[in-house]
Amino acid sequence: MTKQIFRIAPGFEEIMPEEYRELVTDGPYDRSVGVADLGTFKELLEEHPLCAGCGLALSLRLFLASLPAPADTVVVGSTGCSAIAFPQVGLHNIHGLFGNQNAIASGLKRALKLRFPDRPKDVVVVAGDGATADIGLEMVMHSWFRAENIATVMLDNEAYANTGGQESGMSPRGAVLNMAPTGKKFEKVAMPEIARESGCAYVAVTSPANARRFEKAIRRAILVARDVGPTYVQVFCPCPTNFKFRPDETLGVIRKREKEGVFQYREYITPEAQQYLAASEGEKR
Amino acid sequence: MDSYRVKAGPEGYLPPAAACVGICLPERGHALLEGELVPEERALEEIARRLLAAGNPVFFPGPLILWDWKEGVAEKARALQVLAREVRAKIIPMPDYRPKYPMINPAVEINPNHPNLTIWHNHIDVCVFIGVHCHYANVALKIIRGGTDCYTIAICGEVGHEDAMISLRDAGLRTLERLTAMVREMKRKAGDVG
Repeated sequence: MTKQIFRIAPGFEEIMPEEYRELVTDGPYDRSVGVADLGTFKELLEEHPLCAGCGLALSLRLFLASLPAPADTVVVGSTGCSAIAFPQVGLHNIHGLFGNQNAIASGLKRALKLRFPDRPKDVVVVAGDGATADIGLEMVMHSWFRAENIATVMLDNEAYANTGGQESGMSPRGAVLNMAPTGKKFEKVAMPEIARESGCAYVAVTSPANARRFEKAIRRAILVARDVGPTYVQVFCPCPTNFKFRPDETLGVIRKREKEGVFQYREYITPEAQQYLAASEGEKR
Repeated sequence: MDSYRVKAGPEGYLPPAAACVGICLPERGHALLEGELVPEERALEEIARRLLAAGNPVFFPGPLILWDWKEGVAEKARALQVLAREVRAKIIPMPDYRPKYPMINPAVEINPNHPNLTIWHNHIDVCVFIGVHCHYANVALKIIRGGTDCYTIAICGEVGHEDAMISLRDAGLRTLERLTAMVREMKRKAGDVG
């Protein structure tokens, strides 16, 4: 998609709902905007139905503002909290079955390469921890083994949050949830390490508590996936509803975990991706 | 099954898809009128008559005509607006098909997942679907027939819709222009020049 086709047919401007008109005139398509510009342009996320204080909703908002080329981006999602928000997003998005998101993204990326050989199309998987680390782990890993040019973003709220609170592979050891009353018996799945060993050219662990760092990780992941190989970003976005803290404490919870050393921002970049990023980020400067 | 006719509802919760009760899509040059196959001209006349007789006719343009996405769309959009003015119809858009939460504002848009809200709140007695992708038009038409007494018309650029009370097929710019000319002629005959 380019902005040339994202325009209202003549005569229909007045009858279109306001949010569509604003997306056309003031949206982020074909513009260079980022998280620092939030509040100055029409965002791709129009309200959302997620819980108050949802770390995932904030992450989704930052993610959408971080896309290097929203007009040429397709997001593939999966069952989970983010799937409830995606109908409010003004971006091509596909809802896969629970866990097959990376398989869909692989086929889509290959098809887009054939259909638009001269125009890069970014395919980004955005899924929760259940879809990525548990139910879809096989398809996630195999997309990495095959070195598919897709970016995978896991929104890690450490639980199956919208089904009442079951533990996921990403819940921390000892976590007690509504439907996991005896506490989780093993550690978080080591997804960043699995990603690195499975062939990802760029891996980052980040959170919405630092918006600039978050944006940098998302942009790097998408750019490296475009030209080098598969990438993975793990976003720690705690859930106030299931982990029982106040909605205004979400960022505080992240910072506390960071201070305790339980959550740490980190990046892994292959030499090839490093070279690529040095060139592309140098160009930008 | 042979006697089933696609009439204005409310037919009740979950009405059958018309295709499942024996209604077939028309061949080229033909149209569907309440489930019966008729020549296109006959259906055009009935559309013109229904629109002129309606108390509150409303056009529901879908994404295929609302967005200027390919050559020819702008001309078709203008022709639709001329027709709407001619029959004094309102236009309520269906810009996309997202099942928005908590719900759409039925005064300003229609959504295929709950089209009855727009019909009910705006007291619409005749509506026209145009530029809506087939599967979403089918869903919306069935919901409208199930829950409202609105008379549905589909001006379809593909092969038509069994679930509309009147459905054209292969309808393009020329079809809209013919329909507008027919409306003007009916109004002239009736002495209505306003």
